[in-house]
Amino acid sequence: MTVDDYPDTASGPFPSPPSSFTDGDDRDIEVRAFDGDTDALVEMYVDFSQEDRAQGVPPVGEDRVRSWLDTLTGEGHNVVAWHDDRAVGHATLVPDGSGGYELAIFVHQDYQGAGIGTRLLRNLLGHGADQGVERVWLTVERWNRAAVALYEKVGFETVDTESFELEMAIRV
Amino acid sequence: MKVLLGIGGSEDSLDALSKTAERAREAGDDLTVAIVENPESDRTPDEIEDAVERVLDEYDIDASVRHVSGDPGSQLVTIAESEDFDQIALGGGERSPMGKLRLGHIAEFVLLNAHVSVTLVR
Repeated sequence: MTVDDYPDTASGPFPSPPSSFTDGDDRDIEVRAFDGDTDALVEMYVDFSQEDRAQGVPPVGEDRVRSWLDTLTGEGHNVVAWHDDRAVGHATLVPDGSGGYELAIFVHQDYQGAGIGTRLLRNLLGHGADQGVERVWLTVERWNRAAVALYEKVGFETVDTESFELEMAIRV
Repeated sequence: MKVLLGIGGSEDSLDALSKTAERAREAGDDLTVAIVENPESDRTPDEIEDAVERVLDEYDIDASVRHVSGDPGSQLVTIAESEDFDQIALGGGERSPMGKLRLGHIAEFVLLNAHVSVTLVR
């Protein structure tokens, strides 16, 4: 499964991790490329709010989470948002086998609405571009307006509206 | 129960075939397999028919198999309603590269339009 349509022009440039900022709730957050600390991500996902799951991810239960993360970190490019030594957000680019990358982003429920998603997304695209990624796509449930607005803000365009989920794409 | 299985050759539709055949044998369902033209699948109708025959043999059930041309979703809904089927069974979607579950276009159409029960097999 891939996307055929991408915007003609590239967005960006996007920042490369690491980058630090103070979030909307006055917490010091640092976004870094994934460095192999899978346990910290597992901890975040095992505690992830079930209402915030989308299209069957993240999976439920530690074993499934670990096996899913093995795929993402083994094949893809990943950035993690840290609050001290706690992983609070994660964004990933996974190769689709046709030269493009599928993007997904997750922010722990205690850290949503504080601007972390936007930073994480921009740093992921910067990190991806550093690694030679050019075409990125994602799907999002069409009623998830907050997510759609976030993706549009960083430059994603909607390329397919015919399914239950919207398909969006960007060139970086 | 009279069950109409739609199969277009995607991986999830082949999986749905096996599970629906197994279920039909256990429950004594009256199964009809409709081979549809799914533009999202690489398999030809003949290849799909071979796979269908193999699975029906494996489960030793007697199902009628037919080829359906035209728009798959609307054809399945029409057949189910005009021939008094109790249920339409379909593949329940495939996984994206990063593991998101996505319904096929045929399943989306059938879910929104069928007046009979729809089973998405996972």
